[in-house]
Amino acid sequence: MWKQALAVTALNLRTLPTRVWSSLVVVLGVAGVVAVVVSVLAMVTGLIDSMQHAGRADRAIVLRGGSDTEMSSTLSRQSVLTILDAPGIRHERDGRPDSSAETVLIVSRPMRNGGTDANVTLRGVGLQGLALRPEIQLAEGRWFTPGLHELVVGRSAQKQFAGLELGSHVTMHDTDWTIVGVFASGGDVHESEILGDADTIMAVWRHDLFQSVTVQLESPAAFVTFKDALTTNPQLSVEVHRETDYLAKLSESLTRVMNLIARVVGSIMAVGAIFGALNTMYSAVSGRTREIATLRAIGFSAMPIVVSVMIEALILSLLGGTTGAIVAWALFNGHGVNALGGNFSQLVFRLTVTSALMFQGIVWAITIGLIGGLFPAIRAGRLPVTEALRAL
Amino acid sequence: MKYFPLVWAGLTRKKLRTLFTFLSVIVAFLLFGLLQGVNAAFSQGVEGAHLDRLVVQGKVSMTDQLPLAFGTRIASVPGVSGVTYGTWFGGYYQDPKNNIFSFPVDVASYFDLFPEIRLPVEQRAALAKTRTGAVIGRRLAEKYGWKIGDNIPIKSTIWTNRDGTSDWNFQVVGIFASPDDPSLEQRLFFNNDYFDEARSFEKGLVGWYSVRIDNPAHATAIAQAIDQLFTNSDHETKTVTEKEFTQSFLKQIGDINFIVSSIIGAVFFALLFLTGNTMMQSVHERVTEFAVLKTIGYSDRAVLAIVIAEGLMLALAAALLGLAGSSAAFPLLESVVGVPHLPISVLGLGLFYALVLALVTTLLPGLRVARLNLVDALAGR
Amino acid sequence: MVEAVSLVDVVKRYRRGKESVEVLHGLNLVIAEGEFVAIMGPSGSGKSTLLNLIGGIDRADSGSVTVSGQRLDQMSEAQLTRWRAGHIGFVFQFYNLMPALTAAANIELPLLLLPLSSAQRRARVAAALEVVGLSDRARHKPAELSGGQQQRVAIARALVSDPPILVCDEPTGDLDRQSATEVLELLNFLSERQGKTIVMVTHDQKAADMATRQLHVDKGKLIDKEYVA
Repeated sequence: MWKQALAVTALNLRTLPTRVWSSLVVVLGVAGVVAVVVSVLAMVTGLIDSMQHAGRADRAIVLRGGSDTEMSSTLSRQSVLTILDAPGIRHERDGRPDSSAETVLIVSRPMRNGGTDANVTLRGVGLQGLALRPEIQLAEGRWFTPGLHELVVGRSAQKQFAGLELGSHVTMHDTDWTIVGVFASGGDVHESEILGDADTIMAVWRHDLFQSVTVQLESPAAFVTFKDALTTNPQLSVEVHRETDYLAKLSESLTRVMNLIARVVGSIMAVGAIFGALNTMYSAVSGRTREIATLRAIGFSAMPIVVSVMIEALILSLLGGTTGAIVAWALFNGHGVNALGGNFSQLVFRLTVTSALMFQGIVWAITIGLIGGLFPAIRAGRLPVTEALRAL
Repeated sequence: MKYFPLVWAGLTRKKLRTLFTFLSVIVAFLLFGLLQGVNAAFSQGVEGAHLDRLVVQGKVSMTDQLPLAFGTRIASVPGVSGVTYGTWFGGYYQDPKNNIFSFPVDVASYFDLFPEIRLPVEQRAALAKTRTGAVIGRRLAEKYGWKIGDNIPIKSTIWTNRDGTSDWNFQVVGIFASPDDPSLEQRLFFNNDYFDEARSFEKGLVGWYSVRIDNPAHATAIAQAIDQLFTNSDHETKTVTEKEFTQSFLKQIGDINFIVSSIIGAVFFALLFLTGNTMMQSVHERVTEFAVLKTIGYSDRAVLAIVIAEGLMLALAAALLGLAGSSAAFPLLESVVGVPHLPISVLGLGLFYALVLALVTTLLPGLRVARLNLVDALAGR
Repeated sequence: MVEAVSLVDVVKRYRRGKESVEVLHGLNLVIAEGEFVAIMGPSGSGKSTLLNLIGGIDRADSGSVTVSGQRLDQMSEAQLTRWRAGHIGFVFQFYNLMPALTAAANIELPLLLLPLSSAQRRARVAAALEVVGLSDRARHKPAELSGGQQQRVAIARALVSDPPILVCDEPTGDLDRQSATEVLELLNFLSERQGKTIVMVTHDQKAADMATRQLHVDKGKLIDKEYVA
């Protein structure tokens, strides 16, 4: 059967040039579907990547009870001290807990493109805030000095906003701040932030409340002990999360929306592409009625004919799918995207077109090809031979 | 029209092919309606913004609160005809996923500045009288089945009550409609007095001021005047028109316009190809028929018109169906865009695109048959 | 004798690539009203070209072509197109009916160009159907009709706007003997009883024998056979 099928397929493909425009319809249609699906899902992948990259299972974050994000959380100095007393936190040799009590503010700055203002996160970290996060690496300049009005800015934030170059001055809350350094952290969520010393910032803003406490645990397993100690403490009303969980939740709604968009839009487009494929394949079959009938009369059985039509449809859609996946990769991979992150501020993450995604795209293409080729293939197989030979 | 059977005959020559093309066009316009609808709905927020209102926020950060005392000083700026304020409450009902857009406001002035909120006078009076009273939009009431007189517990993600919890209890004393801006019907307003007294920090501060000015042309000047009042104070302000405020917020959500336009562009490009191919094939197969029409005496223009009419019929009918489908599905998106109906502008744009699609795909084959050499065509060349 | 068709010194050339081939060399021809003329000749002799010139779907390079008193050689393409409606009826070898339209709808096509009400159109279609004897097949599509019936529908279409002249290109070429005879008898009837002028190109001697006059075209020149009464 397969020898016959391949022979017929070869024959079909030889006459493809006569159907080139019609066949291009399938290729283009499928390419479009795959490009869109892969691109949107690449945004999701990029977002999750950037979120998760910043998180580690052996770091935990503590917020006020009932707050869903740092933005709406408030912790007094007293609460912070109580929190830092809990078991499970790794300690330095001198007994200091590996932790950082942080204040998170959003600040309005003009964006590079368009010049309109957008929100960027200003995070005041504790003295160990940077040491706590080894993934944050200094790229230019130096770290800020606690007590001075100095800031360091993440690469992504620097790219999105105007006036955040090394050495530039920023006026916030009637105070002049200097950008003394630029850092990178693998494109994660912190790279979209501006960092400074918590106490210094809180003094200028005249706030006395922190937003969160981030701690380094002794081990991932120590989380349970840590959390239990805090949540059972009657003096505290807090929420304790693994950093990875917390970040995942932050991006949850955005991820969910984008996944939905990818699937809904992709499906609608796919339906359209299927109609296009059906059109092309039916037309291909009807154009070769006499050929097919002749083959049948010669002795080819119906199955090879059916298979050959399916193969043609699959070849066209695979061509389209591969093109679409490559286009998505070439145009968008590594492209920075701006979106509203969980803290009501701009989050920059990079579109990541992984091979898994491209594979997914190919699967979409194959599905379209299979459905689009199935019915015309069956019709080709069922052709009444004598009638077809008699046909004009 | 008397030529209808002829045009119809052209389309039904190959029923399957016409059907699939038809369906593809429907799908494309369904997608168009949904995507462009979302896009348009977002920018409608910008267009619908009142030109005679300004928003005064904290300069450094929109979460920087402003003192209540600022109200009278703003009111004294020439050109200002009304001032009110509000604060972001961050409310939800039972589950954090059930966001409630709730705001403590100055009952005496808020509804004067926002006349699009149609709140009956007696309900406004009730709100002023009832400390823990709240007025809710029609859609919000419908969503949770709340009626006047109900007690509703709302939690805040930001503000804690005096009792240490994030629970805030309200009594529904009014339900309002806002037909000019349906998204407002998702909101809840309550007394700032109750809020300020009961909250445990940041007392005496509000989130922003809304200012009505006498002449939109003076917006920039008045905005600058307001900001000048508070430069070098502890709470520097940034005043912009409502429109600008919405615009910059939208810009933050992401380049929706770009994404939507790209997808629509890709879809239409593929569609153009598909429909163009169908039309070309269809006309090519019928060259002899068109030649016969010309021998009968149909002019070049008549033949071209017949081909274009086929394309128009196909494209317009399918586009209408697709757009109708998107219109029917649009209410499902209300939670995302806040608008329950497909904006009319999208329908108009869609039909325009359908027209363009029809013309572009039929012009070339139509002109070819209109100009064909009769003798050659009849001879089968 | 009233002249239905008059060709004087008609020359027609065709361009095939760079070459220019003269198909008709100064042809002269007169056809009287009511004649049933058969034009025969080998392939490439120019007989189809001659027919096309008479029918107004092609234009001569020089000489005069007068049909029904009108100088076709002095008309533009657009004028020719308008003239054809109502002055000429065409019948083709392969019928050339629209497969998606019924017989009645096919016949109605020429009438759509005239300012008639739908009732008037229907009446004329019915009349044409009666003349060709297919009134009971009005609602059938071409695929449901035999070859002979299809050709008769085509003739009805050619007749429906009541043109004085019918131009037929191998009308029986695709028909079996019996259908061919039916069609030829119909054409004869139209010529004798309705006074239509019929110019027919054919390969078939038997068909030519039904005509009142036979002409031969060879290498672009006309050879008149005797008048057959």
